[in-house]
Amino acid sequence: MHIDRTEKTFFMFSVALIIVFAIAVGISGMVYGIALPTPPEGFDVNPQTVATPGVSPWGEQPPDARLHELAPGEYEVYILAQTWLYLPNRITIPAGSKITFYVTSKDVIHGFRLDDTNINMMVIPGEVSKLTATFDEPGTYNFVCHEYCGVGHHTMYGQLIVE
Amino acid sequence: MFKRTNKLTGWYLGVAFASLFIGGFFGPFQSLEHAGVNLYPQLQAIGVQSYYQGLTLHGVLNALVFTTFFIVGFMTFSTVNSLKRDLANHTVSVVSLVVMIVGLLIAAVPILLNKATVMFTFYPPLLANEWFYVGLTLVVVGSWIGGLSMYLTVAAWRKENPGESIPFIALASTITMIMWQIASLGVAVEMLILLIPWAFGIASGTDPQLARTLFWFTGHPIVYFWLLPSYVSWYGMMPKQAGGKLFSENLARLVFWLFLLLSIPVGFHHQFVDPGVPAGWKTLHSVLTYSLFLPSMLTAFTVVASLELGGRARGGKGLLGWIRALPWDSPSYTAQNLAMILFLFGGIGGLTNASYNVNLAIHNTSWIPGHFHLTVGSAATLTYFGVSYWLVPKLSGNKLFKPKWALAQAWTWFAGMILFSNGLHVVGLNFGSPRRTMLGVSPYFNDAWSPLLIEAAIGATILGISGLIFYTVIVGTVFSKQKLDAPIEMPVAEAYHDESHVPAWLDSFKPWIIATAVLILVAYGPMLFYFFSNAATRWTSPGFMVW
Repeated sequence: MHIDRTEKTFFMFSVALIIVFAIAVGISGMVYGIALPTPPEGFDVNPQTVATPGVSPWGEQPPDARLHELAPGEYEVYILAQTWLYLPNRITIPAGSKITFYVTSKDVIHGFRLDDTNINMMVIPGEVSKLTATFDEPGTYNFVCHEYCGVGHHTMYGQLIVE
Repeated sequence: MFKRTNKLTGWYLGVAFASLFIGGFFGPFQSLEHAGVNLYPQLQAIGVQSYYQGLTLHGVLNALVFTTFFIVGFMTFSTVNSLKRDLANHTVSVVSLVVMIVGLLIAAVPILLNKATVMFTFYPPLLANEWFYVGLTLVVVGSWIGGLSMYLTVAAWRKENPGESIPFIALASTITMIMWQIASLGVAVEMLILLIPWAFGIASGTDPQLARTLFWFTGHPIVYFWLLPSYVSWYGMMPKQAGGKLFSENLARLVFWLFLLLSIPVGFHHQFVDPGVPAGWKTLHSVLTYSLFLPSMLTAFTVVASLELGGRARGGKGLLGWIRALPWDSPSYTAQNLAMILFLFGGIGGLTNASYNVNLAIHNTSWIPGHFHLTVGSAATLTYFGVSYWLVPKLSGNKLFKPKWALAQAWTWFAGMILFSNGLHVVGLNFGSPRRTMLGVSPYFNDAWSPLLIEAAIGATILGISGLIFYTVIVGTVFSKQKLDAPIEMPVAEAYHDESHVPAWLDSFKPWIIATAVLILVAYGPMLFYFFSNAATRWTSPGFMVW
């Protein structure tokens, strides 16, 4: 098969480009820890029972009790997504805190994207979406549903307040 | 020549463009809503219940119906005209067309009645009326039958021409349909095993994560199903229109085989942020998606080199002077060349989307519609428009109506798309505004989004006007009284190098199909096995009609 010399050069350049990109992505993941959600261990979530108090951490009442302080400056929060709100939808933590989000849905698929962070997850019934971020800057950060979830989709959001 | 095939092609194209007219109608309204001009109360007068019903029509009709009808029609036409042999069995193609139209009508009723406002992705547990799923399944099945008609024709040609290799355009068209048939198995399994029994109440629950996995098994390669017909034209026809030759024909064959091999086992790059897919599988699909970049880069080289041959043959001189010498007075050529330029940016954005954790920055933001309007909305659609500027005159026997308007159509689409796509890309990247959302009335609307959303709305309005020009030209051509002076033939580019010898491995379906199946099994087998073997505990989601 005839391959022109210039085309061969171009092809090698393309391969090199891809390798450079792959290395950059690898560094961002390994050195900076920018991770994708992956199924967390130890959960067995049934969307039909996940909101039941006592059965799952997403059933705790009132919803504000789903924010747990694990250690000074270290939090975890269990957010239940449903049409068309998150519970809890106002979370307050002190500046400098590290917080891990565990989000699931009791009805349709939702999304969860937190402003100014690398937190961006699908929220799928039967699954648990888990990501962690640290907040040094005080402020109000919106988390917004970014997957169509019905006619009220555009009203679905919550706020993380860093004091 | 091939009168009955031409007539069939005309039908496929007719349904395609009628669907695009309705689906495209909603585009400018969506963008205007984001910019603060909410016309949905007025649209209720024509029975549109909500922004989201309109958006479902926009997505289903444009991305699923328009494309599939156009592609099956165009690929049938290109196969026959490339082989210079009529369809082996017209009845098979007629059945394909009828099944597709019946499916479309069945699916259209619930959408129009606001009983299937589930977007073109129809992610369960959103539960549409059962006939929505049945109708869309029939459209896919009909497209398979259209593919079958092409294979029968290629097989008959093989028998009649022993020892000859399949001409490039016919080969590329056939590979496109084979790729689609394998790729659409994902959505077929989703429909037949998960959604239809569930929608009819036979199964009480479904597995949303599995459904998304099966959808994107089809959902990424469907992008290549949209693009490859454009590539058929860019490689096989445009060089001829530009007065050039296909720079390296055998490499072009290899590129199409690579697209068959690599288009499918990459779907998890749409699910990078899905909670139920382990990171290892996401990494594998990210790497495979990167490898898909290589045939795209070869395409960029070969196509541009082929056009350069044309520009130089037309007297263009110097490093870039050949570009000016290209046939910019031809609407068919111009539309396709502008589509290519837009696709360059679409490709760069696509690489961003595929880059594993970089995806976190843009997943499900406005960036995504900004991106795919450059691919399906430009590389595919604007190329299909360009093809139509010779194909519709060919099929109707009439001269192109108002060629200057057609030229203006191509440029306005280009300009409108730049504004629209740039606005959406930037607002998505910088501010994370969500996609498929009625942004203008959202409580978290950020005033900083406004300039970009207004830019997008201006672009969308220009695109709407450009669309109207397109329909004027096409309808004007079909009903024109001015007959063609001489019959139009499908442009077929000659090979630049002497490539009369095609290596056997580039002219043989079996090894490539087997390799494709093996790669899919490796990339998808274990996860699908996991999902299905845990069906007893996973199929727990009831359906919701929440619109």
